[in-house]
Amino acid sequence: MVDKPKQDNEEAPKGSTAFLHVGSSPHLSNSRLTTQRMMIDVLIGLLPILVFAIVIFRWFAILQLGICTVSCIAFEALFSAWRGKPSPLWDMSATVTGVILGLSMPWSAPWYIGVIASGVAIGIGKIVYGGLGQNIFNPAMVGRAFVMISFPAAMGAAAYLDPDGTLKIVTQATPMSVARSSATPLWPLFLGTVNGSLGEVSTLAALIGGGYLCVRRSASYEIPVGILGTIFILGGIQNLLNPDSTFTVLHHLFGGPTMFGAFFIATDPVTSPVTRRGKWIYGVSIGLIIMLIRVFSGYPEGTMFAVLLMNGVVPLINRWAIPIPVGGPVPVRAQ
Amino acid sequence: MISLFSGASGVGTFPRGVHPPEAKEYSRAASIAVLSTPDQVQIALLQHTGAPAVPTVQPRTDVVMGDMLADGKGFISAAVHASISGKTAALGVTTLPNGRHVQTIPIKAATEQPYTDAALLAEILGGDWECDSAAFEPQAIRDACKAAGIVGQGGAAFPAHVKFSPPEGKPIDTVLVNGCECEPYLTADERLMIEAPAPILVGARLIARAVGASRVIVGIEDNKPEALERMRAAAADTDVEVMALRTKYPMGGEKQLIRAMVQRTVPTGGLPLAVGVVVTNVGTSAAVARAVLRGKPLTHRVITVTGAGIREPKNVLAPIGVSFAALIDFCGGFTEDAARVIAGGPMMGFALGSLEVPVTKGTSGITILTQTEVERAAETACIRCGRCVDVCPLGLVPTRIALAARHRNWEQAERHHIMACMECGCCAYTCPASIPLVQLIRSGKVQLIKRKS
Repeated sequence: MVDKPKQDNEEAPKGSTAFLHVGSSPHLSNSRLTTQRMMIDVLIGLLPILVFAIVIFRWFAILQLGICTVSCIAFEALFSAWRGKPSPLWDMSATVTGVILGLSMPWSAPWYIGVIASGVAIGIGKIVYGGLGQNIFNPAMVGRAFVMISFPAAMGAAAYLDPDGTLKIVTQATPMSVARSSATPLWPLFLGTVNGSLGEVSTLAALIGGGYLCVRRSASYEIPVGILGTIFILGGIQNLLNPDSTFTVLHHLFGGPTMFGAFFIATDPVTSPVTRRGKWIYGVSIGLIIMLIRVFSGYPEGTMFAVLLMNGVVPLINRWAIPIPVGGPVPVRAQ
Repeated sequence: MISLFSGASGVGTFPRGVHPPEAKEYSRAASIAVLSTPDQVQIALLQHTGAPAVPTVQPRTDVVMGDMLADGKGFISAAVHASISGKTAALGVTTLPNGRHVQTIPIKAATEQPYTDAALLAEILGGDWECDSAAFEPQAIRDACKAAGIVGQGGAAFPAHVKFSPPEGKPIDTVLVNGCECEPYLTADERLMIEAPAPILVGARLIARAVGASRVIVGIEDNKPEALERMRAAAADTDVEVMALRTKYPMGGEKQLIRAMVQRTVPTGGLPLAVGVVVTNVGTSAAVARAVLRGKPLTHRVITVTGAGIREPKNVLAPIGVSFAALIDFCGGFTEDAARVIAGGPMMGFALGSLEVPVTKGTSGITILTQTEVERAAETACIRCGRCVDVCPLGLVPTRIALAARHRNWEQAERHHIMACMECGCCAYTCPASIPLVQLIRSGKVQLIKRKS
């Protein structure tokens, strides 16, 4: 007779020789693809942006990023302990939130703003919903919106001014806040040697990192393409209507956090739709809202609000945008 | 007409799907070995889709290999035959790997067997397969399949004579021969194509004759170059086309295969004949040739015994009804770290709870995986990354269906077309959060059907 395979002692009833492990198929899983791996992908994608932020803003960037990342990790550990849940730090999602939050801060923000933003991001943005995967709104953007409204002086246009001229940037105010009066030259805007939040300045870095994410499918290309395509079309129309304007469609695309937001913030899987059609609807809508805010509202910039608004609509999109199965819907008689 | 790629209207692939490790190297090079006659076999009365066969022999009857033991009852059913010579015993009961409790007719082997070893291999796959398929009447081909108890050997084990009886007004123009073997590990079909291409091709032409199809195409995944070469060489002087398909799971799924080979979409809940196609597995095809040309029933099949958990992986020509234990014994037994024994391949196969179970006409292989291979990471929360949506060959949203099924939210599950799922397992294979998606959907489907009945 055949020797039975050796069994896990915990599961094998004693004295039973007929025991074999069973389980429902598939019996294999793709162990290289994990939630943690996807989060690490995001961090890898953020690397070019981090490097650029540090080159431009030097220790201001290191300090800001350090504060936000450490705070986010600490708050995640604290709140998880509070809930009596095992610490989910291994999944790296708190690290990603911290880095993205840090990159969305102005270089001059005082330390406590970073800490408060992190607490709100992790606590109100994520943990109150039940942790990773349950939140409706992008945690980093919840944190940032909170401090932006609570500390307008430290987070507004004035926060970006560099009176001492210590930074290697070509403008004083951010390109978006001066957009209505003057336009920044395009090349520095593309490269990133302009003023702005730490991570939003370089279009080039965002394209490199975002491209990596899309190739790895750790971000869905439909979302950035939807956002940027919509901005391109609407900005183009605006451009054609006002041929004299020095603020062109390329300024819309390269300026402000457009690229950073399109590739790294809007693509947060938890707060974006699951289906392809849903992702297109979501991306195009964000592009639309960004342009609405920029052109018609009092705010110079609207990526954060556009993402947060559309986050709220995602459950509805998921409900509407159900793809039709290959071969059509299930016929009623077959049920 | 010689045609290789030419004329085939498909693109050789289908949208989405996954690429699990192929793991064919364990058994790919092993020529078909003949299992020495076991002491006993148990012939299950229900090895197919449909009604169980009804015994036609009494217990303690002397039977010879090939004698009918039980005949099909009703239209959708299939006869079963003695796979060895010997004496029958009283009806037994067994639980097949798929969970069905079925009655069996045990046969104790006689000392004298008509064919063993090389003679058996030659009897089943060797010899001359020349024939003019036009010389056979379609009904005669169907009758021969019915008498031989032939069922689909690829998976669902659908009775062949039923499949080859297209209803009025549903003309069939194409027969697709499924040589994909897209399940990782399994190599039985591959070896059959290499070692016996002739009966496969003849069987396929006979099937085309039976259903009135004018075109026969053999589809083989491009990770089997030797099988492709042999089949092409064998088909060179016939009107059978051989098409290389992209290696991707589940290419061997009927709907995916039809899409890849002839660019047609089978409606949900429908059969291939709705788009004028009949799909047949290579093993079935060879069995049809043997039944029609030689009048021999389906008594043996090639079974791959493979995986890191078996000492000597092999492709075995085994009598239907032999126990899994005997096959594992024949292949040197388990290794130290063997942990799970699967009837079929790792993507859709059934894990065995006992080895004293007989193989059936639909058993394509035994895959033995080790502890490290079957370990799954702990399940974490869905982050709605949409990877399952990206791989679902049917274009479903597995995460929404699975979580709806878990929470018994049947309204949401149906809104997401839960019943369209074919349970291929691409979603659960891919899920970064290790959520047992297809398992949840599978149990959801069962519960939903129960609720509705």
